[in-house]
Amino acid sequence: MASTATVAAPHPAAVPATETGIWSWITTVDHKRIGILYGVTSIFFFLVGGLEALLIRTQLIRPENKFLSADVFNQMFTMHALTMIFLALMPLTAAFFNYMVPLQIGARDVAFPRLNALSYWIYLFGGIYLLASSILKIAPNVGWYAYAPLTERPYNPGPNVDFYVLGLQIVGLSSIIASLNFIITIINLRAPGMRLMRMPLFTWMVLITNVLIVTALAVFTIAVTQLMFDRMFGTAFFDPARGSDPLIWQHIFWMFGHPEVYILIIPIFGIISEIIPTFSRKPLFGYNVMVFASILIGWLGWGVWSHHMFTVGLGPIADSFFALSTMLIAIPTGIKIFNWIGTMWGGAIRFTTAMLFAISFIAMFTVGGISGVMHSAAPADLQQNDTYFIVAHIHYVFFGGTVLGLFAGTYYWFPKVTGRLMSEKLGWAHFALTMVGMNLAFFPMHFLGLFGMPRRVFTYEYGLGFEGMNLLSTLGAYLIGVGTIVFVVNLVLSARRGALAGPNPWGAATLEWSIPSPPPVYNFREIPVVRSRMPLWEGDPARDGGIPHGRVEEETEQVTIAGTKIGEIHDPEEGENKMSTHDHGIHLPPPSYWPIVTAFGILLVFGALIFRNAEGALYNLWYLSLMGVGIVVVGIYSWAFEPGH
Amino acid sequence: MSTANAAVHAAHPGHLDTSTGLDSRKMAFWTFIGSECLLFGSLIATYLANKGKSTVGPYPHEMVVDGKHVEGILNIPLTSFSTFILLMSSVAMVLALNYTQRGIRSKATLWLFLTAFGGSIFLGCQVYEFTHFWHEGLTLQTNLFGSTFYLLTGFHGAHVTVGVIYLLTLTTLSARGRIGPEKALNVEIAGLYWHFVDVIWIVIFPLVYLIK
Repeated sequence: MASTATVAAPHPAAVPATETGIWSWITTVDHKRIGILYGVTSIFFFLVGGLEALLIRTQLIRPENKFLSADVFNQMFTMHALTMIFLALMPLTAAFFNYMVPLQIGARDVAFPRLNALSYWIYLFGGIYLLASSILKIAPNVGWYAYAPLTERPYNPGPNVDFYVLGLQIVGLSSIIASLNFIITIINLRAPGMRLMRMPLFTWMVLITNVLIVTALAVFTIAVTQLMFDRMFGTAFFDPARGSDPLIWQHIFWMFGHPEVYILIIPIFGIISEIIPTFSRKPLFGYNVMVFASILIGWLGWGVWSHHMFTVGLGPIADSFFALSTMLIAIPTGIKIFNWIGTMWGGAIRFTTAMLFAISFIAMFTVGGISGVMHSAAPADLQQNDTYFIVAHIHYVFFGGTVLGLFAGTYYWFPKVTGRLMSEKLGWAHFALTMVGMNLAFFPMHFLGLFGMPRRVFTYEYGLGFEGMNLLSTLGAYLIGVGTIVFVVNLVLSARRGALAGPNPWGAATLEWSIPSPPPVYNFREIPVVRSRMPLWEGDPARDGGIPHGRVEEETEQVTIAGTKIGEIHDPEEGENKMSTHDHGIHLPPPSYWPIVTAFGILLVFGALIFRNAEGALYNLWYLSLMGVGIVVVGIYSWAFEPGH
Repeated sequence: MSTANAAVHAAHPGHLDTSTGLDSRKMAFWTFIGSECLLFGSLIATYLANKGKSTVGPYPHEMVVDGKHVEGILNIPLTSFSTFILLMSSVAMVLALNYTQRGIRSKATLWLFLTAFGGSIFLGCQVYEFTHFWHEGLTLQTNLFGSTFYLLTGFHGAHVTVGVIYLLTLTTLSARGRIGPEKALNVEIAGLYWHFVDVIWIVIFPLVYLIK
């Protein structure tokens, strides 16, 4: 393990061969490896979350079923939501951020490689921590929103909610750290000439998402901290008996909770905006409007939280305000839908699996969007609230939106990551099973909701008219399960035996396709100079390729002096001349094990509090938390003074 | 934007190779401070939402309960003093950065130490205040005021503690001559953090102590 690998730029052969072995993965600070770690881990959690969903659906397949007990059912629907949101979908988007953003902006790594590793390890430990509670059958059992005061110690004495507050604090910390890193990377490490309005749309969406994460998750951190203090140390934050407002948790939670749904969908807007132009052979229609519409969605997302609380009785003025602000969001979202359709209009469309998922994303997400606008009408929502209609809505936006988009992104970028194409045949089977499955699973829920079936009930009686729709829904869930198995098989087989991809198998326009697949450790041998939004569609080849509107911007302005490399992460303390035009060298930060050590310390700090049982001081292992603090302090100091970074 | 940067680069050869010309660590700290604003914002919002809702005493300010006059528990003169010290430590921080940038090691070290010292006095006052309140019967569990007050000011105090440790580390490094003018950014970033902790206190102090 060399301390610092600095080699001359034009001689990639001089870069030490990629290290292998478990230790190299544990200590890696390479954004591509961390991206792969994120991807594999989150797909694992996606399967876990899917399994939880199948257990829920199996319980509901027929009336008065005794497959799961009421308590286990409560744990399953809570863990299904927590697993999918915090352990599968957010990290899976983070996997794409990690792998693709530096490649799309022409950088050699993220701004803070070790911080990147730290956020992964915290996420992994937090995920295992939450998963452990499921396996021990003491998982959170109060819904993902954990409404206080119902989650206070007197009403929920077990360790279930403790896992919620502690596990989510760990995972939330990971998201905030990762987001700081991505924001700085995007703002500060763009290749010469890549102005903000020349960034690939995916990178734009990542920027917006991460601004939402650092702000929204900060709010959530305080909410769970207060709940933790209530449960662990007997404070009065959410205790109405001591004067607290019983609605205050709901306000804080949804203040985070609504930006959170945009955190899950805005990256997908980016993925779709990469795929549709590529497979339509047309530049994205209305790039600027797409950017501003997304910023508007992120901004409005902060002003709609009370539409989750129409039934608590905030009064007509508050309800009207939040109804209107919610309806407003449909406008920028609608703009995006039309822009994607406009991009495909007149294009030379190729129906690859990625494109199929992307197109069906538009359709399915629109269905979810329409039911969303239905909820925004407060009087209608009074009827729909807490019924399966809401379940149908969130699954059309999360599954029909986020998951389909992530599938599309996986098919699209898999060849870049592995150098091999995913099987289109298996991909088609996966697509067909998923589409039939999801509509069979989630569409009947609309009717169930309107028939009056409440959410989160572990069973229902005969003769209520819920039988047929529930059966259909469960069968649909099984189909999705089969489809997902096909997907995983496709991933594994294609990674080993897929057709070789070459640098740009799709003929795409953005920078990540200009380098070999899989990319070398240093990404770019020479940092590219960017002159347009579609660097690979510039000039004659584009015109020859018959790309309509493939106009290249004329400007030649550059961020730095042309030809100089700006991708390296220079430590200003090394005393190098940053602007030396001759031999810059590729600076690759050496591996480090302090991220995993620090992450372990953070796990101990929060994790050990689970033993603080209200009844028995016997199990109070508070000194483990102090040990964790010690490890974090040692980790931070060793980190700060580690040579070579 | 890019034109401006090109000009910056031309004017300052040896400037940092980033898209904005700003150091990434500095920018990361600003972003971190943005996130911290939301953290403190949520705590302050919770404090305000629960203000005056305590069902039992001790209360923060003097008030009339059941026709009886009850003294407030907050010691405003003491906290005004510690607030003043904390604000003055920000001045010391500015001087420390100035001397670091000019390469005057002894004075930089002295002012770094005095910044940390000011923070320590503030913390000492807070420890005294908390113990005093505890003896007066105000704990985390007593009432909403206790919960929200201790969490908000305690969270701020934890930030000051981290800052003091951070500054003492820099003091040691500076004393050993390991922070020359070329590394002034390290002091500048610590300064960003320290000023932020001060600014937050400027918000907390009137909201909690002065407004009844």
